[in-house]
Amino acid sequence: METTNFIYNLINNDIVAMVIIGAMPLVFLLGYALLAILGELKISAWIQERLGPMRTGPWGILQPIAEVVKLLQKEDITPDSANKPLYNLAPFIIFTGAYASYAVIPFSSHFVPAGINLGLFFIFAVGSIATIGIVMGGWASSNKYSLIGAMRSVSQIVSYEIPGAMVILSIAVMASSLNMQTINHQQGGWFWNWYLFGGPGTLSKLWVIPFTLGLCLIYMIASLAETNRIPFDIPEGESELVAGYHTEYSGMKFAMFFFAEYANMFVVAAVMTTVFLGGWNSPFGSFLNGPFWGAFWFIGKAFFIVYLQIWLRWTLPRLRVDQLMFVGWKVLLPFSLICFLAISFFRMLN
Amino acid sequence: MSVPKKIELAYSQINSDRMRVNVGPQHPSTHGVLRLEVEIDGEIVTEVIPHLGYLHRCFEKHCEKMTYPQVIPYIDRIDYIASMNNELPFVIGMEKMMGIKVNDRVEYIRVIMSELNRIANHQIAVATFGLDAGAFTPFLYFFRDREYILAILEKASGGRLLYNYFWVGGLAADVHPGFKQEVLDIVKQVRKTNKEILDLLIYNKIFIDRTANVGILPTDVAISYACSGPVLRGSGVKWDLRKNETYSIYDRFDFDIPVGVGEAGTVGDCWDRNMVRMLEMEQSCRIIEQAIAQMPDEGNVQETLPKKVRPPKGEIYVRAENPKGDLGFYIVSNGTDKPDRIKCRGTSFVNLSIIPEISKGYMFADLILILGSIDIVLGEVDR
Repeated sequence: METTNFIYNLINNDIVAMVIIGAMPLVFLLGYALLAILGELKISAWIQERLGPMRTGPWGILQPIAEVVKLLQKEDITPDSANKPLYNLAPFIIFTGAYASYAVIPFSSHFVPAGINLGLFFIFAVGSIATIGIVMGGWASSNKYSLIGAMRSVSQIVSYEIPGAMVILSIAVMASSLNMQTINHQQGGWFWNWYLFGGPGTLSKLWVIPFTLGLCLIYMIASLAETNRIPFDIPEGESELVAGYHTEYSGMKFAMFFFAEYANMFVVAAVMTTVFLGGWNSPFGSFLNGPFWGAFWFIGKAFFIVYLQIWLRWTLPRLRVDQLMFVGWKVLLPFSLICFLAISFFRMLN
Repeated sequence: MSVPKKIELAYSQINSDRMRVNVGPQHPSTHGVLRLEVEIDGEIVTEVIPHLGYLHRCFEKHCEKMTYPQVIPYIDRIDYIASMNNELPFVIGMEKMMGIKVNDRVEYIRVIMSELNRIANHQIAVATFGLDAGAFTPFLYFFRDREYILAILEKASGGRLLYNYFWVGGLAADVHPGFKQEVLDIVKQVRKTNKEILDLLIYNKIFIDRTANVGILPTDVAISYACSGPVLRGSGVKWDLRKNETYSIYDRFDFDIPVGVGEAGTVGDCWDRNMVRMLEMEQSCRIIEQAIAQMPDEGNVQETLPKKVRPPKGEIYVRAENPKGDLGFYIVSNGTDKPDRIKCRGTSFVNLSIIPEISKGYMFADLILILGSIDIVLGEVDR
């Protein structure tokens, strides 16, 4: 691997370096989650012509900290009829699934926690762990709303992983690689080299651009469904299911569900950034390019996607369960297959 | 895309256990303390049994121990979203019994206040309906506008929700100076927001998919269940007491009765009921504009106020078009200053009775939307 992890260069001891590398995404995640909560509060407020939180700190920027402290102080209630081991384990399994994905996210050209060759595949594999946690939590709560929410969640995530995987597969065909760092390196230079615009290549790539744009849209929709955000927040379906699979959870365990949702939002945004938006590459050639600026561009692009997710959440109504399945199986899947076919042809011709 | 009957057929071939779920009384979407006992087969609703009475306050029995003016604050609390409209039939009925003829200024202020309150009620109805469908932002746009309306009603009566403003034979107080201009500003703002909501929510593809062809209430069923208001008009019946049984001074205004036409799906679906409310807001705006133009500047609103409200022995049934439908009061007087009996025909109570009829065979998420499209207030259901 040409892309080295700069921590290994700084620290000679491999074990210590590994621990630091393992902890770095967690530190990032804590900061990001606070920022995302604030973003959610403030962006929703601006969309709705409100001010949002204003009392905690200047312009309410300390509000997420206040909310976290509040959640930590809450009593941790376990229903009497709950299956206690599963009930207590579920939030942590969900968070594990979300956090494991950070192992392969290339934050910069010189930092990826684990530069494995099957990076994209790995994200899809560990992303599914969350489903198990949701079913565990929903079933173990011994609450009918939770059970319905969990069942909906499984059918939803399974349905939407398939179009999502087809998108990733198409890009993998174009890039001839599942390694996220390799895909990033291929998209170097100006922004028209991004896979969003057909990837690096001559003008002959022009006809494939509609398909890559379509793929990006499909992934955006599928990723909303995978993170259970509006318009696909049917597992939580506030209006009918109260809070879906985490109805019975309170305090720290509820915070874990919350935390995992935000962590997942960043994961799908990071995947989208990597495969479509050039990852840590500067959009403008060598302008502000480099390992440090790479992290800036990567996180900036991913935050933009997170912003889009928040924006959509506060604009759209919610779909119904059968409509969600319709969109997943009868719209997204055929279109992603068509795009996959077109891109495969493109690769054969070149 | 969403043909519920088809789904039911497909599901009925699978033998599965049915689950009984209690929706409410503590639930985010039952619009109060309503409890629905729902039997679901997977996601399909097979049976709905509404259980009422969690907000029962003995309104009718209480009234027998009150003098007539003391009854009016209780009437506010029946449908606490549209209190002005609740007071109107009661005071009209009392005035008829006592033979009082109020002056024009009182009549115009009553109409303007009622229509303002009708707009506020429909704003809440459409907003919470959008909320049931998962759209949070239109909810806050409507609530922002509703604040302006409540501010006007508060300036006139002193209360934001429960006004006690229409008295037998007059009004509690005259309106403040600058009232006309403020009302016209509100009308402008209401129209602006409604236009925005049409773009953002009503004609949103997801919203149409969710609400069109859902909870279809056929015209004959609506009539046989004695539905009224937007629920009845959503099914295509042109029935509005303001026109069909004109009371107060509604015959002096030019306005239309919007009915459901099945623009997005079938006549009488949730989308139609909701759209009727949107269109009615515009009609209320028209009435307010005409009333402001015609309203006399002079006149004592307490001119005809009786010293003691003591109607002669007798009885009267009086009804008026509440935002939710046909609100009626049956007042029996025994010649004293306390009513012998007051019976209230609660609109929401009657409209709610169609829930078991129209929600079978739809999905669980649709049940919440059907409930939202009927626009009930539990204060009026239980009284």
